[in-house]
Amino acid sequence: MRYVHTVGIHIDEVRRIATLARLRLEAAEEERLCAELGAILEAFERLQRLDTAGVAPTAHVEEFGAPLRADEVTNLPADEALLAGAPARDGRRFRVPKIIE
Amino acid sequence: MSVPPYQWSLREAAARIRRREISAVELTRTALARIQAVEPAIGAFLTCCEADALAAAESIDRRMAAGEDPGSLGGVPVAVKDNICTAGVRTTAASRMLESFVPAFDATVTAKLRHAGAVIVGKTNCDEFAMGSSTENSALGQTRNPWDSSRVPGGSSGGSGAAVAAREVYAALGTDTGGSIRLPAAFCGVVGLKPTYGRVSRFGVIAYASSLDQVGPLTRDVTDAAMVLEAIAGHDPADSTASPRPVPAYQDGLDAGVRGMRLGLPREYFVQGMHPEVDRAVRAAVGELERLGASIEEVSLPHTDYAIATYYLIATAEASSNLARYDGVRYGLRVPSANLGEMYERSRAAGFGTEVKRRIMLGTYALSAGYYDAYYLKAQQVRTLIRRDFAQAFERCDALLTPVAPTPAFRLGERIDDPLTMYLSDILTISVNLAGLPALAVPCGMDSDGLPIGLQVIGRPFDEATLLRIGYAHELASDWHRRSPLP
Amino acid sequence: MTQAAAGAPWTLEGYEAVIGLEVHAELLTRAKVFCGCSAAFGGEPNTNVCPVCLGMPGVLPVLNRRVVEFAIRAGLATNCTIAPRSRFARKNYFYPDLPKGYQISMYEAPLCTGGWLEIVVDGVPRRVGLTRIHIEEDTGKNIHDLVAGGSLVDFNRSGVPLLEIVGEPDIRSPAEAGAYLRALRSVLQYLEICDGNMEEGSFRCDANVSVRPVGSSILGTKVEIKNMNSFRHVERALAWELRRQVRTLQAGERLVQETRLWDAEREETRAMRSKEHAHDYRYFPEPDLLPLEVSQAWIEEVRASLPELPGARRRRFEGEYGLSAYDADVLTQRKDVADFFEAGVAAGAQAKEMANWVTTEILRIVREQRLDTQLVIRDWPITPAQVAALARLVDGGQITRNTAKQLLPRLIGTDDDPARIVEREGLGQVSDRGALQQAVHEVIRQAPEQVAQFRAGKERVLGFLVGQVMKATGGKANPQLVQELLRAALSPERKG
Repeated sequence: MRYVHTVGIHIDEVRRIATLARLRLEAAEEERLCAELGAILEAFERLQRLDTAGVAPTAHVEEFGAPLRADEVTNLPADEALLAGAPARDGRRFRVPKIIE
Repeated sequence: MSVPPYQWSLREAAARIRRREISAVELTRTALARIQAVEPAIGAFLTCCEADALAAAESIDRRMAAGEDPGSLGGVPVAVKDNICTAGVRTTAASRMLESFVPAFDATVTAKLRHAGAVIVGKTNCDEFAMGSSTENSALGQTRNPWDSSRVPGGSSGGSGAAVAAREVYAALGTDTGGSIRLPAAFCGVVGLKPTYGRVSRFGVIAYASSLDQVGPLTRDVTDAAMVLEAIAGHDPADSTASPRPVPAYQDGLDAGVRGMRLGLPREYFVQGMHPEVDRAVRAAVGELERLGASIEEVSLPHTDYAIATYYLIATAEASSNLARYDGVRYGLRVPSANLGEMYERSRAAGFGTEVKRRIMLGTYALSAGYYDAYYLKAQQVRTLIRRDFAQAFERCDALLTPVAPTPAFRLGERIDDPLTMYLSDILTISVNLAGLPALAVPCGMDSDGLPIGLQVIGRPFDEATLLRIGYAHELASDWHRRSPLP
Repeated sequence: MTQAAAGAPWTLEGYEAVIGLEVHAELLTRAKVFCGCSAAFGGEPNTNVCPVCLGMPGVLPVLNRRVVEFAIRAGLATNCTIAPRSRFARKNYFYPDLPKGYQISMYEAPLCTGGWLEIVVDGVPRRVGLTRIHIEEDTGKNIHDLVAGGSLVDFNRSGVPLLEIVGEPDIRSPAEAGAYLRALRSVLQYLEICDGNMEEGSFRCDANVSVRPVGSSILGTKVEIKNMNSFRHVERALAWELRRQVRTLQAGERLVQETRLWDAEREETRAMRSKEHAHDYRYFPEPDLLPLEVSQAWIEEVRASLPELPGARRRRFEGEYGLSAYDADVLTQRKDVADFFEAGVAAGAQAKEMANWVTTEILRIVREQRLDTQLVIRDWPITPAQVAALARLVDGGQITRNTAKQLLPRLIGTDDDPARIVEREGLGQVSDRGALQQAVHEVIRQAPEQVAQFRAGKERVLGFLVGQVMKATGGKANPQLVQELLRAALSPERKG
């Protein structure tokens, strides 16, 4: 079991987060991030001391509701341009390597 | 012409084109030559699109010859930050992930610039995915401050700031999520405007933090900023967060002065640890405005101390989600792998730099099960408190005046190793993004090392006009904006 | 084992079932939910795509108004409360068919909540609660590359609008589940917002299944079942899974909370091997979409445009036309079929007759000609007026039912009036005793074996003899009269 000396974050957490974020980290990177994230989270601890009871969260700074658009097909069928940057293709389909269950 | 064209303001360049004193092609060639001359020392550009630019310039000249209006920015060479999509022109967000990415579409702001007749000569360097305060996080190039090549130009729109300061272009678009237009403007001694959230379309702007990002101009003076803002602002059916409010004629009333205006100085923004020359320059600017007839009072924004944490939890959370699309499937970097899981992990590890990974990790953590309430939700609540602080201040004041940064431009490499220290560069700018307010950075002095110092003017939502008026009045009474780092 | 009566809850050796169904319905809008690409099925791969539904850098979603309208329709038709303000949320996970690495959905603040659906099982009506209905976008399609391994991805379906309809765990048997799905599909078809085709994937069902001791209020371990591609498969999968859960508990083992896939070939559920169910979706409010505001005025406008819904129509058919619950249910499952029935009654057919014709012959034609693959059948191969005319000819004794059944196929694809054909070809029912007597005697002469059997006491053989007389008379003989004459001719020599 590894612990970093801060309020922070266990190395197992770092690995879990890296998996969730699909980032492959070297062991040295894991350790560095563990220390850095720990320090950052400790610095952010002050937020916890603030009383926010009854305060509505701000998800959007704007006051109006979602604009709606008409149900019309405004896009022509796509040509090659949008597929041009594909790393791998089979005809018009994108190809990806096999998924291991 | 005694003054070389690249020293003109945008307004002057546009006027001369309109008067046929110089052709768009000639002006573009001048800009391209200037770019070629100074780029080795500055490194503001990641991509220069010479052929496209000359073609666009030719088209402007042809239209004028046919008696058509060239547009408000007709024939004027401009640059676009490389996190803004330009059709047919490489758009990288300064990342290896998109090093070869060529969008098939223009961002709305790009299209608006073209519609206004501007000639896009290139894409400017920035921090990778706009994450950073110095442009040192770019994976594809280094940009140096034109005033001192051992120093950073600021970030994340450092390339845009440097390009305007070095007179390579007459204006450059930047993006501002936590200060990324204003900080480079201050460090490079130019004008930078972050509009109200929703004033300018984000469609085609590579997203960092969706609820904070805004596009804005970096220019040599306030009038130029007003011209560019007019051209790019406005409703966009492709952006659900773009405001339907009509766009005022920002150039009108610029010279109305500041007499009778109430300007506030938030005490929390004049922090100890601030560089004494920054403090002096900003207070001198404040004094100038007072002399011009504004009244000054102290106000308080009590939750300022919580802004860094609030910002970095919200911004990184949104970023961690926005950057999930970079998975090597449809475009961008892919590391060939035996299976899908490895492809994702290897491609993203190779494509993203250190700071981007750090922010993705932090943001993912803040949203993850068990931590959402304590981090993300909490930050959203504190964001409400920060907005309230400003709303209360604006009951008494028409605008707030603050420094842009606690120090002038720091040295390359000085802060890059400690993320927390780097994050603290943003302390004076990030609350503005959290509250969605407009803010203008104008040059207001220089320190004894000859480094520019910026004044920040923060306004009410959609009141860019007041900010521009204040900036213009300050400009009339000073000449900081006329100083140029390079001959 | 399980009880025989379909209406009763499922039980097995002291355990009862708790089933909640989650349906994803593809909406029949012209365009996708967040971009202006066509939502129409088909097309070359990656043609109905644009930067938005491909998840390119810098793109943003803009909500299609008709998707909201359809969602409001669905909510009102299922007695939900429509929220004046609802919010979109991002569901974050990585998969090749998910272009942005997140799906735009709704989480804490859905559009519709707290409704119910009335289902009829074995003539008994019940209410199944609806927890919520919300709007979300569909993913692209990942298909396994048979040639080279790996997968091929097509984003034509990425961004197609879906309604997620979550039912309360009120369902107590596989049959109830089937009834719920049919009832829900009916509602969506009446509203013309979804064509309800499970086989084609426009109507998908996942189930949450648990068991508990009968009478207990404590929920057992919940297992999610996916990959059921028809109503029949849903019922079979549920039946199998329920049995598995009971057997597991009886063996003293613990059930794992997991996702299992229905294997239609092997007829069993299997645990998914990947750890996909360990997803942390990190839901948070979608910053690129402002809250969805639905005014009371809009809700009322939609409410006023709703058609008569299946449940109400079924009850009206029972009351107004005196039909059985079963017949009324069959007739009202599809709105166009119910319309056909009522048009026939309006054209003069007696209700029960018309119901008979529709539930047997017309529905058979619908299935055979695969008319039911359309959302609304507009071009019927035979008209209600034609069927009504046939029904009236039978009712009035002019032709036998047998003749009518022969005539029906001849009317398909034509606009012939059956009465004219009867007249022209002399197909009228033969009720002349003399003529029939001759046919009866001829049949008796030619079927000595059956005659002997009948006289020995085998009543059922009479049906065969009647059939032979009908055949001999080209189906025109009055069947009651034929029976009467046969009995008379055969009885004097009956023993016993």
